Amino acid sequence: MGGDVKKFMYVNRKAPYGTIYALESLEVVLIGAAFEQDVSVVFIDDGVFEIVKGQDTAGIEMKNFSNTYKALEMYDVEKLYVSKDSLEERGLTEDDLIVDVELKTAAELTALMEEQDVLLSF
Amino acid sequence: MLHTVNKSPFEKNSLDTCLAHAKEGSAILLIEDGVYGALNGSKMTAQIQQAMEKFTLYALGPDLKARGIADKVIDGVKVIDYAGFVDLACENDKVQAWL
Repeated sequence: MGGDVKKFMYVNRKAPYGTIYALESLEVVLIGAAFEQDVSVVFIDDGVFEIVKGQDTAGIEMKNFSNTYKALEMYDVEKLYVSKDSLEERGLTEDDLIVDVELKTAAELTALMEEQDVLLSF
Repeated sequence: MLHTVNKSPFEKNSLDTCLAHAKEGSAILLIEDGVYGALNGSKMTAQIQQAMEKFTLYALGPDLKARGIADKVIDGVKVIDYAGFVDLACENDKVQAWL
């Protein structure tokens, strides 16, 4: 595919099942990846809950989409960043997460955000 | 009275406001994203533990499991299922939903 490769960052700040934002974001991330763009995904605030291990939605009769985050790697989406502060405020650690991520401070996330061509917020 | 809270306390102040307005002895049930309030070791934990001196705190099991936090619940928060939710609604004269 021709054309310029742009840097796309998806900023996720919502918990997974209470609203549709998290699932919609995941769909759009996969679309961006299919267009061979330079994609990174950030989890801040309640967005960190999207990638908590051990989700089992059988009891609430909703689709469990948490395993799809593990498939992002196959679409060459490998830049997954998590706000260190957001994780700590929720009593969580990297071991509680379903995918390998890089923990970032707010200042580090600022720098990453400034590098982007396009930011999409969910 | 039974109070239900369905919003994450990290995003909305529904739980705070519920705790500030519920009468001592009330039952407070965390459902949907409200169950994140039951998370042990979070910045909300101390406030919940303090609230348990005045109220009985419940969390809906299926919502905890969906979110992967069923094994991270604060000690003393009672985990119930849908039938338990119905029981609570019947035992109490009124239900107030904090959205």
